[in-house]
Amino acid sequence: MSSLARHRGLTAIWSSERGWKGWFSTVNHNDVGLMFLVTASFYFLVGGILAMLIRAQLATPHSAFAGPEIYSQIFTMHGTIMMFLFAIPMIEGLAIYLLPKMLGTRDLAYPRLTAYGFWCYFFGGAMLLISLLFGIAPDGGWFMYPPLTGKIYSPGINTDFWLIGITFVEISAICAAVEFTVTILKYRAPGMTLGKMPIFAWYMLVVSLMILTGFPPLILGSILLELERAFGMPFFQVELGGDSLLWQHLFWLFGHPEVYIIFLPAAGVVSTILPVMSSTTLLGYRWVVAAAVALAILSFGLWVHHMFTTGIPHMGLAFFSAASTLVAVPTAVQVFAWIGTMWKGTPHLRLPMLHILGFFVTFVIGGLTGVMVAVVPFDWQVHDTAFVTAHLHYVLFGGFVFPVLAGIYYWLPLVTGNRRFFRLGEMAFALIFVGFHVTFLAMHWVGLMGQRRRISTYAPEDGWTAINLISSVGGFVMAFGLAMVLIEIVLTLVVRHRAPRNPWRSGTLEWAVPRPSAAYTFASLPRVASRDPLWDDPGLPARIARGEGYLGEPRNGWRETLMVDIASGEPEQHVVYPSNTRLPIVLSAITGLFFLSLLVKVYWLTPIAVAGVVALAWRWIWRLGSKADLGDQPIGHGVRIATVAEVDRPPGWWGSVFLLVANATLFGSLLFGYAFLWTIAPGWPPPAFIQPSVPVLIAAPAGAALALVGALGAVRINRTGGNPSGFLLTALAGGICLSAAFAGLLWGAPSPTGHAYGATVWVLGCYGLAHALLVGLMASFVFARQRAGFVSPRRRAELAIVSVWGAYLLVVTCLIVLAVYLPGLVT
Amino acid sequence: MLDPGGPAARSISMLWWGMLIAFTAIFALVMALLALAWRPARDGAARSSSERTWIIGLGLVFPSVILISLLAYGLWLGERLIPRDDPDVTRVTAEARRWSWTFSYDQNPGRTTLNVLHIPAGRPVDVAITTADVIHSFWVPRLAGKLDAIPGHVNVLRIEADLPGTYAGQSAEFSGPGYDGHTFSVVAHGPEDWQSFLEGGL
Repeated sequence: MSSLARHRGLTAIWSSERGWKGWFSTVNHNDVGLMFLVTASFYFLVGGILAMLIRAQLATPHSAFAGPEIYSQIFTMHGTIMMFLFAIPMIEGLAIYLLPKMLGTRDLAYPRLTAYGFWCYFFGGAMLLISLLFGIAPDGGWFMYPPLTGKIYSPGINTDFWLIGITFVEISAICAAVEFTVTILKYRAPGMTLGKMPIFAWYMLVVSLMILTGFPPLILGSILLELERAFGMPFFQVELGGDSLLWQHLFWLFGHPEVYIIFLPAAGVVSTILPVMSSTTLLGYRWVVAAAVALAILSFGLWVHHMFTTGIPHMGLAFFSAASTLVAVPTAVQVFAWIGTMWKGTPHLRLPMLHILGFFVTFVIGGLTGVMVAVVPFDWQVHDTAFVTAHLHYVLFGGFVFPVLAGIYYWLPLVTGNRRFFRLGEMAFALIFVGFHVTFLAMHWVGLMGQRRRISTYAPEDGWTAINLISSVGGFVMAFGLAMVLIEIVLTLVVRHRAPRNPWRSGTLEWAVPRPSAAYTFASLPRVASRDPLWDDPGLPARIARGEGYLGEPRNGWRETLMVDIASGEPEQHVVYPSNTRLPIVLSAITGLFFLSLLVKVYWLTPIAVAGVVALAWRWIWRLGSKADLGDQPIGHGVRIATVAEVDRPPGWWGSVFLLVANATLFGSLLFGYAFLWTIAPGWPPPAFIQPSVPVLIAAPAGAALALVGALGAVRINRTGGNPSGFLLTALAGGICLSAAFAGLLWGAPSPTGHAYGATVWVLGCYGLAHALLVGLMASFVFARQRAGFVSPRRRAELAIVSVWGAYLLVVTCLIVLAVYLPGLVT
Repeated sequence: MLDPGGPAARSISMLWWGMLIAFTAIFALVMALLALAWRPARDGAARSSSERTWIIGLGLVFPSVILISLLAYGLWLGERLIPRDDPDVTRVTAEARRWSWTFSYDQNPGRTTLNVLHIPAGRPVDVAITTADVIHSFWVPRLAGKLDAIPGHVNVLRIEADLPGTYAGQSAEFSGPGYDGHTFSVVAHGPEDWQSFLEGGL
């Protein structure tokens, strides 16, 4: 088969539908990645306009530009949009687009989930955008501290938009994190061991695990605050046993890792581009990986540094102050590894490198002011002033926007196939760099002079007028620079000026794909022997196109790729991806209906939406698999391996494991909240503890155990050729028994609105009930699949997934029963 | 904060100037290393590019030494600034609400003042901070750092003014539409004035 015939054959299989309809049914990372990037850039524009409004407001004293009510919406939405609708989705888009190409595979692990995540982001973002257009946007500051954001002080719908919209958007971050983790661990080019992975993949692996453990506390906090607002469950009301500090803990337990979730992918971009710009390899690859891991771990130990002024005992602060300063060490390791890399090679001053230099200057200053605010007494002075605003912009703009701009210019030829023609980028960089520093260097000073963050105006007597005006002028200069970048990107898309295949002479695999990148990504999957395969063999792209790698023959209309062993990177399983479908957009629309029904309080719609989600999810997984054994598949070079339906650890198993990591973190945060209220909140202990119910104490563990035994038994008997139906029905019975037990627990629970204790018990009970129902549903699904002929001794993959969820259910059931009944037994 | 009027604010101000000088030097060093990467390579051996220099030396040891000393100093200072028993201390209570401050005085129960806190100059004052509604923060930049007023909790901040005079104070936690104007003032009195304040004068 010729290269051209192969290209045509693969394109026919992998292309999305023609025309605009294709956007709604595509599941290909090449499309969805760009959709994320474009949408995130749009929100950067919106957030940027809001920033300009803020600077316009503060440019002069006694400004009459916007009143405090509107101004609160502006700064709240600026922060919210930049964090949740720009930065995180930008990272997702970049990684969705690049990871498969860098790893040498054809797509991410779950293509439909990629699309589902995008549409959740799209609809959730649209909710917030609509609130902004109608002037009913969130106005409590981007970290939404109750009681200000509680029902009493914020009776409007504004806060609900934030809590519900952001939770909806966060689904996409969780989906992406599960997907990246599994992709990086299991979907790579044959021969790519962990030590030969591109450094960006290492960073994204760390970031994905951080998202899985960092986002759940915020999701939980949002759920609890919305429960308080909608149903009066008093988690944060001190008169009823709640505590507003619980929100601050949950928020910053998310919020600080969040900063590193944003910074680390950008550091991955720097670690990728800087060596190429210096014609050398990264100095200390292993050290840099270790530094990223250390940063990730430390970042979970410093959330309290946002709470130094809340009256936590000084010795407690000491620990968090130490962690906050220590976090500078792995950062320094990376910075010096990068500078050392430049010393090792020969740096060239091309446009991406300019932005990396901008990153160095800005980020080092931001890091140093970060160490300053980590020193407790200094923070007591500057906390909640413009100094902190300036610091965080140095870190986020320096540590994220500059590297992203470097990345955009670096990878633009890959996306468009074109080179830059007009030289706007250099001028744009100068404007951005100068504008940024003028804006925010000045802001440090005015903060030290006592200007608080979030004030809508100030008096001439304060003496801040000149500095604020300079700051605003700088802001507008920066905006011009960013607008020029946008113009240049559009021009590069439009003006055809062909780029060479590997314009920067990079060594990583993303430059081995056709240019602009083709729907199938790699015509055949190459075998990799080092970190820079293109330097080993400059002819590799041609050999890939000639089909000399694995899976080079288009067949059966299959979208094929390989799963590999985590450590060695040797092929292990043969994957056939699902093709174009509208299921993701429909499922996310129904998910949106669920959130919308909560937002506008049309509660009769909520169960209908939930049923819709369940039905569509059922259909989603029903489409996979086959009714006949396929046997081991040839993948080229004389190798045959099993397909994913015929293994013990299918992609769904891996996905479940990492989804459960996030789920367990959510549950752990709930237990943390329970313990926190118990020990810190002033209104404890509650008037009465729930008395243990003997039927529940027996039925709950028994039901959970039965569900797990059924799931495990089904796997075992199926392997020996027996019929797993009986065991599956046992699992279902276990799920039903457990659901009844949790319903009984809720029946005997105190009123959820009377005291935070009752509210917490209710949430614990509902969490257990939902999981019992879910495992029951899974058992029924596999039972139906077995009846329909999708399961055989060889096609055993689906059975394995139920046991993972069964095991999790057993653990959480025991913990919930203990947490709910132990206090009643002890007192 | 740049113009301290009391011991706590002064030591934090000193800390700031010290950090500013030291960190400017570190910044200059990093930028110099960055700039030196661009000098033309005459012979490869002249350039140090070993992992030991860059990663262990500059990446691990250099920041650790600076950070540990800074951390130790910061904790020692923080320990000194927190309230501890002192026979000379005056106790007052500050209750925040949207958007005012009510102050009351242990030495003169029943006396309250609105948006003006009276204290003796040259003596330590412990302010017990609470709130009647949402979270606020008590901050007199020229006297000390800030401390939050949190529903259901009482936080105690130690302040002290060197000289008699009026010091501007403000709430430093966003609290809704009236936040801009949520300010107060602290009036420090000399011994005689303070005595007459306690006796109901002024």
